This record gives sequence, C-alpha cells and structure tokens, in this order.
Amino acid sequence: MSSSLLSLGISRAAHLLRSGEISSRDLTQACLEQIESLDGSLHAFLTLTTEEAFFRANRADFFLQQMRKGITPETTSPLLGIPLAIKDVLALSGVRCTCGSRMLETYIPPFTAHAVDKLLADGMVVLGKTNTDEFAMGSTTENSAFGPTRNPWDVARVPGGSSGGSAAAVAAGMAFGALGTDTGGSVRQPAAFCGITGLKPTYGRVSRWGLVAYGSSLDSVGCMARSAEDAALIYASIAGHDPRDSTSHEIPVPGFTPYAENSLKGLRIGLPQEYFLPGMQAEVENAIRSALAVFEKLGAEIVPVSLPHTEYALPAYYLLAPAEASANLARYDGTRYGINRPAAGYIEQFMSSRAAGFGPEVKRRIMLGTYALSAGYYDAYYARAQKARGLIRRDFDQAFQQVDVIAAPVAPTTAYLLGERNKDPLSMYLGDIFTLPANLAGIPAIAFPAGFDSNRLPVGIQLMGHAFAENTLLGMAHAYQQVTLWHRQMPGAANIPEETKEHGL
Amino acid sequence: MDYEAVIGLEVHAELSTRTKMFCACTVTDPAKSEPNSAVCPVCLGLPGTLPVINRQAVELGLRVALALGCTPLPRSIFARKNYFYPDLPKGYQISQYETPLAVNGKFTIRTVAGEKVIRIRRVHLEEDTGKLTHITQPQAYSLVDLNRAGVPLLEIVSEPDLCNPAEARAYAVKLQQLLRAIEASSADMEKGQIRFEANISLRPRGSQLLGTRTEIKNLNSFRSMERAITYEMQRQQEVLLSGGLVEQQTVGWNEDTGVTFPQRGKEEAHDYRYFPDPDLPPLVVDSAWLDRIRREMPDLPEERIRQFQQKYSVPLELAEQILADPWLEQFFLGCTSDILLAEETARWLIGPLAGELNARGIGWEANPLAPTNMADLLARLQTGSINQPMAKQLLKWMLDTGKNPEEIIAREGMVQVSDVDSLKTTIQAVLHAHPAEVSAYRKGKVSLAQWFFGQVMADTRGQADPKIVKMLLDELLTALMGGQLSD
Repeated sequence: MSSSLLSLGISRAAHLLRSGEISSRDLTQACLEQIESLDGSLHAFLTLTTEEAFFRANRADFFLQQMRKGITPETTSPLLGIPLAIKDVLALSGVRCTCGSRMLETYIPPFTAHAVDKLLADGMVVLGKTNTDEFAMGSTTENSAFGPTRNPWDVARVPGGSSGGSAAAVAAGMAFGALGTDTGGSVRQPAAFCGITGLKPTYGRVSRWGLVAYGSSLDSVGCMARSAEDAALIYASIAGHDPRDSTSHEIPVPGFTPYAENSLKGLRIGLPQEYFLPGMQAEVENAIRSALAVFEKLGAEIVPVSLPHTEYALPAYYLLAPAEASANLARYDGTRYGINRPAAGYIEQFMSSRAAGFGPEVKRRIMLGTYALSAGYYDAYYARAQKARGLIRRDFDQAFQQVDVIAAPVAPTTAYLLGERNKDPLSMYLGDIFTLPANLAGIPAIAFPAGFDSNRLPVGIQLMGHAFAENTLLGMAHAYQQVTLWHRQMPGAANIPEETKEHGL
Repeated sequence: MDYEAVIGLEVHAELSTRTKMFCACTVTDPAKSEPNSAVCPVCLGLPGTLPVINRQAVELGLRVALALGCTPLPRSIFARKNYFYPDLPKGYQISQYETPLAVNGKFTIRTVAGEKVIRIRRVHLEEDTGKLTHITQPQAYSLVDLNRAGVPLLEIVSEPDLCNPAEARAYAVKLQQLLRAIEASSADMEKGQIRFEANISLRPRGSQLLGTRTEIKNLNSFRSMERAITYEMQRQQEVLLSGGLVEQQTVGWNEDTGVTFPQRGKEEAHDYRYFPDPDLPPLVVDSAWLDRIRREMPDLPEERIRQFQQKYSVPLELAEQILADPWLEQFFLGCTSDILLAEETARWLIGPLAGELNARGIGWEANPLAPTNMADLLARLQTGSINQPMAKQLLKWMLDTGKNPEEIIAREGMVQVSDVDSLKTTIQAVLHAHPAEVSAYRKGKVSLAQWFFGQVMADTRGQADPKIVKMLLDELLTALMGGQLSD
C-alpha cells in the first residue's frame, strides 16, 4: 500500500486526504519508509525531522477530520498534510541548518524562513532538510561537506545542484515536493537532471528571510515537484510580500488556473539562437525541438529571438555572485556560532575557524569575490559585471516585447558522472550558461522534463518569462504535461511498482 | 618657517531612535542594560537575516542634514563596508559610501576672529558596532557586547575648513548643541553618543597647497579632541621643521599619556571593498517627505536664542549659556516667574550656582536644587531681606543640607541688618579698635576705606546691608578727615 502512495501528485493526494481514503500519517509513513530504504544510497537528506513530521501529520489528520465534519480548521490549503522537504539553506527554527558546510554543522537557527513558515501555516508535513552544495555553491551537490547526493536515475551520476538533495528526494518519491533555492540555476538544473519540475520565481517574489545568503541580488527560493501543477501549489503558498525582506515585492499573487482546454493559442514562444551551441549534447537539443513541436500543436507560435549579450552572463555571474558571497560569508568567523578554532589573536582565530569550516569551492568563490571588489579592480570587474547585467536585462526586456516566453535548454548535457567535473571548476561553471541569465535579469523560469537520453537520463526544457509571469510559465508547463508522460516517469531506483503509477491518473 | 593647520572633523552621533538602524531591537542605555540583552537575529548577524531601514533614523538624519543646509539626495545608497572585527557581527558594516543621505552644507561657528562658515561635505547614515571589553587577568580574552551593534549613527563630515584646536572645539560644541536642539541625538559624550575623528595637515602659512594629513581616530570628548589636535599639530611641525616628511597614516590617541600613536600607515590602509548592499534598495527621499520633516523640525539654536533673548531681555551670551544645556534651561524656566528678574536669575545660575555645582562635581542634569527654592533665594535677595554674601552662603547651605531657604534662615538667624543707629555703633567700634589704620587713612591712604568696609561686614557676619554700611562709613570717614571724630 504505502509505496503506491508515493507517485501521487499533490492535488490527487489532497483529494484522497479530504475524502478520508488516506491519512497524512500514511503519506508521511510512506515517505519516511522510502527515505529509510533509499537514502542510504542517494543521500538526499542531511537531517530528518521524523518526530516533527508525525506531529504535523497527526495535526493535519485532525484538521482533515474536522473538515469532514463540516468544521473549518486553521488551514484548508491543498498542502495540508502533504510531506515536503526543505533545502538545508532555509532556516527551520530548532532544527540545525548546515548549508552543507562544516562551518554550520551544529548551528541551530532560532527562527524559521518565510517560505518555510508559509508552508507550515498551510499544513505542510516537514520531512527534513536536504543536501546541498556548500552554501549553495555548485552544480552537482558534490561540494556538500557531508558527502554528495546521487542521482536516482543512475547512482553513479550527480543529481545536479545545488538543490540536488531536494531534486533527488522528489524524483525518488521520498517527498511530494520540496523547496530549493536558485542563484544561478540551482533549482532548474537539478530538476532537469532528476526529471522533475522546478520553478525559479521572479527575484523578490518569495521573501529571502531565513534563506542563508549566497548571492543576495540573485538568490530566489524555488519550488520542486513532480508536476507543474504541484509546483504551482507550493508557489502559491510561498509567494507574496514580506516586510522583513526589503527586496520583496508588494504586487499581489494571482491564483493559478490552467489554460482552458490546455490551449496555448495566441502565446508566442521565443527561441533564442544564442542558447543552441555547438558542442551541446545532441539528445538535449533534440528533446527541446520535440517539445517545441508539442507546444506548436497546443497552439503556441515559435518565434526566433535574439539575446545578444548572453555570452556575458557567465563571466558577469561569476564576478557578481562571488563578490556578494565574499561579504555574505564574512559573518562566519567563529565568534558567535559555527565552528570555532581558538588561536592566539582574534584575526588568527577568524582565519583558523574559516580555514577549518569552509570547503575548497567556498574558499575559491570568497577569494574570487574579494578580488573583484578590491581597490583598483572594482571598476574592471564588479562595475563592469554590473554593466553586463544591465545589458542582459535589456536583452530580455526587448525580447519580451515580441514573445510571451523564451524556450531554452536547462543545461547543455544530461546528468554526468560523480567526480567528472568537480576537479575542473571552469567546466562545471560552463554547465550553468543557460540558467544564469534568468537570475541576472531577475525573471522567472521553469524547468520540466522533456524526454530521456540514450542512457535513460532525463532531459529538461526551460521556459523563461517576464517578471511576475510565473502563472504563464506554470500554465504552459502544465498544458505540456497534460499531453506528455515524461514527468510521470519515476526512476527504477524508486522501486515504485509500475501499475501504481496509474493511481493518480 | 611658520605653519598653519588644516583640520577637518568627522562627527559620529547616535541618533535618538527608539529602535536600531536595521532591526526592531530597542536602543538601550549601555549603563543600564545587561550585555547582549538588546539583540535579535538581525543585529547578531545570524545566517538568513535581512536588514530593514529604520524610517525614524532616516527622518532624524534628514533633520540634521536640513539644519546644516545640506542638499538631501533623492536616492541614496547603502553600501557594505567590509572588514573583520569581533564587534562587527556580519563582517561588514552597512554604511553609505558614494551616494550619502545629503551633501554640501554650511555651519557657522563663532571664533575669536568673528563668525566663520565651515562647509559640510556630507551627512550619511550607518550602523554602530558592538563593544569589546578586554580582560587580561588571569587569562587574556575579550568579551563582546552587541547591545550597541546596529544602533543608528549619523556621520557628519566637514570640509577641512578649521584652522586650530579652538575652532575645532567651537565647531564640535555647536554641533552638539544643534543635535540636541533638534532632538536628533542626545549627543552625550559620557555615553559615547557623540565621537570625533580629526584629520590634520600643516602647510606653510598662506600656501594654497595641502600637506600630507594624518587621521586621529576615536576621540571621545571635546577635551581629548582639542588635546589630540594640539599634540598632532606640534608633532607634525617638529617633523617638518627637522626636514622630515609627515607620513599619511591613521593614528590613535592615548588619553593617559597625551600622545598620538600610529595605527596604520598608507600601505596597510584597510581596503573596505565597498559595494552597494544588495539587501537594501536605494533610499528614496521625495519632496513631500522633506516638506514634512521641515514642518516638524524643532527650532534651531539660533532661532531659540533669538526668541529667548526677546522674551527675557537678556544679553546674547547669557541666552546662549542658558540654552546650551537643556537641564539648565529647564531649571531656569522653573525659577523665573518674574520676567524682570530674568537677567539676575540667569547671572546667578551661570555664576554662583554653576560654580558651586562644579565644585561638587555635579552636572546640570544632577542639580539637586528645587527651582522654587532658588526662586525663593532670589526673591529674598531682591527684597533686601538678605544681601549678596548672605545669599551666596545660603546657596551653599541649601546645596549641602537640601533644606529650603526659610528653614536655613530661621536656623542661622540670617537677617540683614539695616538699622542705621546700630550699624553706626558698629562702624565706630571698628574705627576705635584700629587707631593705626585710622591714622594712616587720615594721612591720605584712602584705599583703606575698603578695608574698613570689610571689617564691618565681618563683624556683622556679613549680615549688614552693604549699601547702608557704605553710606555710613563714607559719612564717618569724611568726618574723620575734618578731625571731628566724636568722643
């Protein structure tokens, strides 16, 4: 019984919870059993909150019971009683928040991130905190101080990153959805590598309160789920204004409604030539082209567009994000919390604590960012990168005058082998070229499954929209998912019997 | 060679806000709060926290900017100033760098040479750091108190328009008065609410070129600022006169030894790697907001002094001195019921009373006198029931005992003697008792008249009406010159 629950979509699960056919306790139990059996090899979770999960499941079951008796409980959100996972860079009060770093191995935050708080208020059952590249710096989850997460489709491969733990957990049926964060593609790329749907909202759409900062002007809290519809439910919960984040927007969040009869008639999809590069995996390009054909069948029009400054995105990002990170990570000095390595003087103590607490990729980016901000180099690096960012933003503004969304690959390849790229940071950075522009421009983007390569590894497609166009992106992905089955595939490692995959249909 | 100094001041003032610059923590009195009791995740710099600009701090900052005639910038930018120190929880201080709150102001001070306009370069907002206490025994370690971390600071930067320590002091004193008058800062030096940094260079008198400057950090009082500038000017002059070059550096000031000491040279100067804080959008200040701040602005000191002078018809210096301290002003208002007595009252407060308080090491804020008792004393003086010396003695006793004038007068039998006959008898007795002086007086040493007066006052324990004594003494001494000494 329990494993058959794991392929349910959130709205289907919510329906069964309301009718009383299943309980939140059943769902929670099933997820925890799946974690028990798989996480030894996948290592998606850094911390499990089992007790808290059952407490919240019981509470949800009580609320559901009240609803069946005609009493309106505290929340009637479709997320009531749904087990979800949280990337370990988002604070949950009383539960350690490691950020995948030795530095914060024992750090317990006294407050909860805004996005997590919203989900809890809507009745989420929190399963635990998922693995991440250290301080979200990386594209493979191999930079976690606590060991890599593995891709459920092939455990020899990376799940992508930095939200690789969340992606693997959702793909393997260990959670119904998860929160990730996306600074340069960290929700979308692991979603593509693990064959799930990942939404990076507009910058400022979801409060960053409680999100441990990496690149503050780029960081977005994103949603990861097995369908666009499920991602929309999570998005609806976490989006909205928060006075604690001065960069959060006051523009209201409209509810998500699918396009009528899934018709995309009148929508224009831009296809930027700059996103189809020689040397990119042919199967990725083929999958995108096939997906575009599906969108055409749904009524959308494909229009070539140009984003001429795309080539500057990579260098601009790898100056701006590290520059901000160099300041954001300065607080980890061992004085108030985190690793402390006593030494003769305070500067020596800072140095020994930071040397012990940070891994090589974090150190690399701190040094890069410190250099980019240094006197005499600021204008050549940081200031020019800001200028490039302005040009990239303008490219998108101009393109969105012609089209509603822009379609692109998520990454040039499907998931690669563990250890394949982490010795060569530059080749890993290059894997981010298709996801970075949306962060630099602050626009929303969604990644969802569009096929498999010859190794039966998922291929993702990306749609980018103008600011606050999340519902357009979700609606189009949803329409696509109504006529395709890619997103319904689950990895063999998940061990979910074939027939029960039909449970939700 | 003759050198002149070129001095600029940076004044840091804690703004009188209810809460901190970027979080909701209450700003507490450091003397009255437990260490680390006024802190929250934001000012502790916990991971995942974000700053939110304190609107009241912006308004108080703009108030100061407008009072100094500065131009507020429509969009000012908060930047991160990066450096490592245990009192800096985030590893950076949020400050303003390229685009401050306001620029280009003017502030007129009074100097020995008359009025002088000091240009204000900029006014900007930032957050304060925490406080370290260094323990040396039995083991060396430091304690960190973050109650002050995140308290709003306004930095007011002057152009190098000051020429000597006295001008620097006059500027700082007047700025302190302004900050208090417009209720932007309590600017209490003891509480560290106002702090100074001075940059100083010397150049040959009359030259237009600027010499190499040094910057003195962490000056916590007018006195240490004045002393440090004086010392640094002398030091630089000695270097220059001996043919050396002043090194551009940051120096500290040792209050105990009275010398400056190098902290950092040009080569080791901090690279603060300023960049705009991505957590804070530009601070937008529009004209409607500025208009409201102008409307709500309390009167500036000049205006208050003008009004005070007009109301109480007292000389300018007196008005300035009374209004220089809010406690003194309060006290003055409390003991001035009769406007005709205002000037006399003011003189008593800044004269004898200030002297007595000073001798007891008491500031105006701790003045123990009840204004009504002071008014009572002055009224008795005015009606002649006591005289000046008695009044001064009475004031001392009032401060010592805490009793009111009536009780003390009754206990001490303090009554002014104005009876002509009895005073005449006393004067005659004095003259009889000092035949040598009388004879000297008769031989032309008329200055002895004052001495006789003193003797009479002493014999009457100061209670004689001095006007009558003077009159009678004149009469009797004149008669003496005519040889008609009675008896």
